[in-house]
Amino acid sequence: MGFRNIDVIDMDTVDLSNLNRQFLFREKDVGKTKANVAAEFVNSRVPGCNVTPHFARIQDFDADFYRGFHIIVCGLDSIEARRWINSMMLSLLEYDADGQLNPASVKALVDGGTEGFKGNARVIFPGTSACVECTLDLYPPQINFPLCTIAHTPRLPEHCIEYVRVLLWPQEKPFGEDAPIDGDDVSHLKWIYEKALDRASQFGIEGVTYRLTQGVVKRIIPAVASTNAVVAASCATECFKIATCCAPPMNNYLVFNDVDGLYTYTFEAERRDDCAACSRKPTFLPMSMNDKLQNVVDHFVNSATLRMKAPAITTVIDGQSVPLYLSTIKSLEERLRPNLKKTLRELALVDGQELVVADSTTPTSRIFKLVFPAEAMDH
Amino acid sequence: MDNKSRKYDRQLRLWGDHGQEALEAARICLINATAAGTETLKNLILPGVGSFQVLDGAKLTGEDVGNNFFFDRESIGKCRAKVTAELLAELNPDVSGDYVEEDVSMILKSNPSFFKSFDVVIASNVPERNLLPLGELLWNFNIPLVVVRAYGLIGYIRIVCKEHPVHDSRPENPLPDLRLDRPFPALVEFIDKLDLSTMPKKEHNHTPFLAIIYKYMEQWKKEHNGQLPLRNKSEFKDLIRSGILIHENGVPELEENFEEAIKNVNIALVPSQMSSEVRTLFEDKNANNLTKESCNFWVTVRAIKEFVENEGEGLLPVRGSIPDMFADTERYVQLQKIYRQKADEDAVAVFQHAERLLRDIGRPKTDLTELTVKHFCRNASFLRVIRCRSLQEEYEPSTASIGDIGMSARLAV
Repeated sequence: MGFRNIDVIDMDTVDLSNLNRQFLFREKDVGKTKANVAAEFVNSRVPGCNVTPHFARIQDFDADFYRGFHIIVCGLDSIEARRWINSMMLSLLEYDADGQLNPASVKALVDGGTEGFKGNARVIFPGTSACVECTLDLYPPQINFPLCTIAHTPRLPEHCIEYVRVLLWPQEKPFGEDAPIDGDDVSHLKWIYEKALDRASQFGIEGVTYRLTQGVVKRIIPAVASTNAVVAASCATECFKIATCCAPPMNNYLVFNDVDGLYTYTFEAERRDDCAACSRKPTFLPMSMNDKLQNVVDHFVNSATLRMKAPAITTVIDGQSVPLYLSTIKSLEERLRPNLKKTLRELALVDGQELVVADSTTPTSRIFKLVFPAEAMDH
Repeated sequence: MDNKSRKYDRQLRLWGDHGQEALEAARICLINATAAGTETLKNLILPGVGSFQVLDGAKLTGEDVGNNFFFDRESIGKCRAKVTAELLAELNPDVSGDYVEEDVSMILKSNPSFFKSFDVVIASNVPERNLLPLGELLWNFNIPLVVVRAYGLIGYIRIVCKEHPVHDSRPENPLPDLRLDRPFPALVEFIDKLDLSTMPKKEHNHTPFLAIIYKYMEQWKKEHNGQLPLRNKSEFKDLIRSGILIHENGVPELEENFEEAIKNVNIALVPSQMSSEVRTLFEDKNANNLTKESCNFWVTVRAIKEFVENEGEGLLPVRGSIPDMFADTERYVQLQKIYRQKADEDAVAVFQHAERLLRDIGRPKTDLTELTVKHFCRNASFLRVIRCRSLQEEYEPSTASIGDIGMSARLAV
């Protein structure tokens, strides 16, 4: 279409199963880094185009890097990653003294994703339109099988596979003490498949196949060339419109489904004025002084609008930064673990106290303001 | 897993091995190697379509290179069909590609049966003077035509298909085929053996919700003159809730299976019946006037119709699958087997009708296998036929929907 300066970030290598849809790769490229192969192909096919590859994760780059672009396009494979880049783009926004947004600091974020015959594309202007966090409820949470079903009353072949993945592997450690399951390792998959077959035969359950085993362990999402082409075309068109101003960009979310005939719908996803990421308002956290810190952690993880993975919570007491709980550094986690059982009152937290929360779902920390009901202030 | 299964793994999970086989047997013709045309072909080649041919009489221009990923500057002046075929074939060594350097108008004039060797024809940017005769030709050959056009930010697709049977769709959330209002003997026998009032607690809270709903349906019918609780769903839910065991301290136990039963009352009470779409198929003249030339789809539809009017007592063959439900393994697996067994029996009955029908129309017995018929039966609720209007009808003033396209003022009818 005429774009010349493109940077590509991808931390993956080419796999045989990519070739049914990822048309920049060939069989000879299996094992090479996707970013490099894609860049080489495009640079040689489209004269004047300059694609710069980065074999890295999006989290390996800082604000200065992302500030250098006009448009960010995403084909990410997790919600977590989308939330991260969303927060990164929000962190680049500049406001003047009157609170007015500097339009030059706004970088368009065009995002697309597919699953089998379904897909979606969206356009986000950070600070102006709905962001990824505003619409977190558009992404249904991943459903896991209940542990009691897996452990005691399996009924489906999937339950048998999950039994091996979740319970048997950590117990038997078949490939060594610290060897986690590697979904790309055929010997791992083979072991899981055979053990799942054993379990299934114990219970008289049919249907465990190698393909199903792989699908469950790797949480494989089916994918075809055509749906990806539709969503990619939509994203490319939006980039073109944004760059040239030749037509209004999508406003702002497109849904596509060709399972039965063809269905597509575009709607304006609404901004939440209390969005934890983009509303620039402090997020209030109503709690009771008798709640334990564990309740706070649970809220951050389970809330449909927050869905954090492993929040690290710090606060400021008497001008000093005080870590309350974090799970990412083992020694600190052990030391701070008793805090989880303490109540907020015991931790000397007061109404209006700001909690600074860091998590893998965002490159910048979020601030939450504790709100205790008036009656509880009686000592 | 062999290399091909690994390469196509992500799509095999969508359409299965036999879907892939059908794709690999397909032959496509693309008329005019435009950007939209080549892009369409690319998305058929990547998943492994059998073969393709590009029909295009034009030479490659600079404009073509500017808007199509599959052209390069060095090829300007060369035969557009040839360059396209080469760069597309390179996408997937499993696919064979070829080209014909000829404009479609010439082929229509001198060798129209050229198109007979394709399963689908894609026509891109073909002007009306060629498109209409092409449309008529393919309509008579019974070959689907996909018309494609793109102008800047506007695009157009028209599917021209006389008749396309669908017998293996995979609807996402189909209503399950539970038959609780029309239970078959093996199901009744299994559930009758269960006695909720005497079961030990563990058995009670692991009884599949199917059985629970059935039992309470029977109780309701006894108390309401044989009527089902179709208009009293919340009362019925309360009745089921009353069956939850109460702990000694007066608090009801947590019985997930009972909660599941209550949640599924609406679904379970949907009367077992044929959908109107399937009924329409049964009324189709193709199903009722079978001839030696009838395709397998219509013979099988007719066989299922015969089943419905006889052994099925008005209902389609049982689908045979049940949703997962909170239950102990043993009884769930037993229930699964019961439904599957009934589905297999129904499929055998349908197959016997099919064999007889084949004999009646003078076709060999081997034209339909028991496995194919079994597969049809499993998808019986989702059988469909897609029919489109011909291009001719659309362009003809007397049959075109002139009102819909706002042209009535301008056309002299």
